[in-house]
Amino acid sequence: MIINSRFFNRSELMGFIALAAVLFVILPLTLDVFRLNLVAKYLTYAFVALGLVLCWGYGGILSLGQGVFFGLGGYCMAMFLKLEASSVENTKIQSTPGIPDFMDWNQITSLPLFWQPFHSLTFTILAIILVPGLFALIIGTAMFKRRVGGTYFAIITQAVAAILTILIVGQQGYTGGINGMTDLRTLKGWDIRPDHAKVILYFVEVVLLFACIGIAQFIRLTKLGRILVAMREQEDRVRFSGYSVANFKIFAFCMAAIFAAIGGAMFALNVGFMSPSFVGIVPSIEMVIYTAVGGRMSIFGAIWGAILVNFAKTSLSESFPQLWLFGLGALFIAVVLAFPNGLSGLWADYVQPRIDRLFASRKSKAGWKDNSVADGAPAE
Amino acid sequence: MSDQETKGLLSPLRRKLLMGMAALPAITMLPKASFAQAPATSAVNTTGLAVTDTEVTVGILHSATGTMAISETGSIEAEKLAIEQINAMGGVLGRKIKFIQEDGASDWPTFAEKAKKLLVNDKVAAIMGCWTSASRKAVLPVMEQYNGMLYYPTFYEGLEQSKNVIYTGQEATQQILAGLNWIAKEKGAKSFFFIGSDYIWPRTSNKIARKHVENVLKGKVVGEEYYALGSTQFNSVINKIKLTKPDVIFTDVVGGSNVAFYKQLKAAGIDLSKQALLTISVTEDEIDGIGGENIAGAYACMKYFQSLDNPNNKTFVPAFKKMWGEKTVIGDVTQAAYLGPWLWKLTVEKAGSFDVDKIAAASPGVEFKGAPEGYVRIHENHHLWSKTRVGRAKLDGQFELIFETADLVEPDPFPKGYQ
Repeated sequence: MIINSRFFNRSELMGFIALAAVLFVILPLTLDVFRLNLVAKYLTYAFVALGLVLCWGYGGILSLGQGVFFGLGGYCMAMFLKLEASSVENTKIQSTPGIPDFMDWNQITSLPLFWQPFHSLTFTILAIILVPGLFALIIGTAMFKRRVGGTYFAIITQAVAAILTILIVGQQGYTGGINGMTDLRTLKGWDIRPDHAKVILYFVEVVLLFACIGIAQFIRLTKLGRILVAMREQEDRVRFSGYSVANFKIFAFCMAAIFAAIGGAMFALNVGFMSPSFVGIVPSIEMVIYTAVGGRMSIFGAIWGAILVNFAKTSLSESFPQLWLFGLGALFIAVVLAFPNGLSGLWADYVQPRIDRLFASRKSKAGWKDNSVADGAPAE
Repeated sequence: MSDQETKGLLSPLRRKLLMGMAALPAITMLPKASFAQAPATSAVNTTGLAVTDTEVTVGILHSATGTMAISETGSIEAEKLAIEQINAMGGVLGRKIKFIQEDGASDWPTFAEKAKKLLVNDKVAAIMGCWTSASRKAVLPVMEQYNGMLYYPTFYEGLEQSKNVIYTGQEATQQILAGLNWIAKEKGAKSFFFIGSDYIWPRTSNKIARKHVENVLKGKVVGEEYYALGSTQFNSVINKIKLTKPDVIFTDVVGGSNVAFYKQLKAAGIDLSKQALLTISVTEDEIDGIGGENIAGAYACMKYFQSLDNPNNKTFVPAFKKMWGEKTVIGDVTQAAYLGPWLWKLTVEKAGSFDVDKIAAASPGVEFKGAPEGYVRIHENHHLWSKTRVGRAKLDGQFELIFETADLVEPDPFPKGYQ
């Protein structure tokens, strides 16, 4: 069962090296801390895009509710950070010191039970992965086992996103409501706000991103990845071949959820805040757009999509505060109309052939030399 | 403070204003001389803010797009008007104000990002901005970390005080208590029904209102209901109002929900000329959407109405309309936003410096006599002393002033006995 002896083929290797060079060397050297922190924020969406490549690009399952998992991961992290920021001495002006400020405003007088475990960092890290993972498992099982797929699945994920937003906004005493959880300060006593902490968090995030890229690439190259693609192209054939299509779909959906949750947790750390505006329908659709612009079939394409779209968002809104949304909309329409496979399709169609030709011409020259040698030694 | 004392404050103001006006032509005749008076940049800016010999940069940070744009546009316009007027008078410490506008896009994290950009990248000397409490809560840690100065215009729930913020709107007790006192006395009201949008500002406001009704006015709250932001179905609560027959309906429903609420109230046959309704969330801006015929007769408790009859307001309203069009209306928050640049200018001149620490220290006691709402002064807690007013909505969408407190009301963001 040899699928590919090499982990990356040549063009992927180039993509890997280019991304690593940009994220590890070029950006940290050229950007000031403020811009670097913005890149860290963009990269949190790259985690979601990566998950969508697996689930949508390869598995063909369009989820319009990735914000749910991004939010769950982010809220788990934010709950831990908020508890640490709400120490008794920080909150002594409240009627009940020692609980998060928004609880005090909502006349809650003791820490709710489900908040208690978030005093522990180990529990928090486990929760960041397990809570969204389990939630995706439940949704996935309920849907895919009954062979709900395609558009219906997309609509249901969207409904889940709407429900969770309403729940968070409505239960503001427990969740901070529409304000979200703000003013997150320290992680185990380590201040996450100053510049040097932002730089460290950036590198932690990039390392995590590459770890996730590794996992995604591994899944793609194993038999599992092949089955996902087969399922996308001809679901019935895969089913008739004896595979449990539902289980594979559930797996892809759970992986996408976990990647999104890691992104959400990093978001809470890097931005220092979490709010329901990342959970709802609009951010979930935006996350799909990043992936579509970058190219849903390409791991690196999707990551570039997340970075570039967010960069465009920031720079357009800084230059044209009244008109930037139109510009962004036009950009999406242009990219999707002109390049249905996104930026990575553009690369594969126009740039890659040239690079290949460059290599090919060198190789043919080398080949010609080999031949001449061979010609010169017929006895061998 | 009695009425006579207020007059005593006003008359030197009038003299000073006249003197200032007399001096204006002289300044325009001698631009270079006035320039030479400007203190050296190194002296007024020791922390690396964006101040040059001729210019000082401030930030404007509101939602120009998204659901909040409709509310925040008025604030943007008022701030630009104030900046233009200050520049026409020669600027601040001899420097023209230049502004960088950023869009918070009705998205709280974007507010935080843009605030950080304005402080770290652009090194603005002050930010006029934010509208919702959520956006302020998002921006506050950034302001404190990078030591910025925010002028925040909206009436809000209180429970906050920061060295880095000047609150030019009313905190909850300033807005609510005088209005409740008035309606209890005027209408003999004993029973109240509270309806609010479900987030922190209405909840906190109603908490304060309930304590006041129960403990001070010895009245009764017969109902308290909350609706999600953007909600448009109020029929069930309107039925409850009909059953409980409260003396006063007290509302803090915000945004587009208001349109549905007042229309359904009218459709249900509740006549606001007979049923007293006191709102703390409807300004002239909202009536634009609700329609004057749907809300005429309701009482609103604010500190400013466009119809206020005082000399400052009589110059402010035409100037605003000249810059932004005849059809624009000016609500309470728009006026409060107009105060921001002026209070900042006056504080900078008092401190003789653009440094944020010095401005924060010099703020208490700064008074602005040209405020459209009348005289205002900054309190030690960085909120404003200002009057509370009750207006009655008219068919044309304006308010008729019914009542105003004789004195300025002291801001009390952490009210004892109301927590």
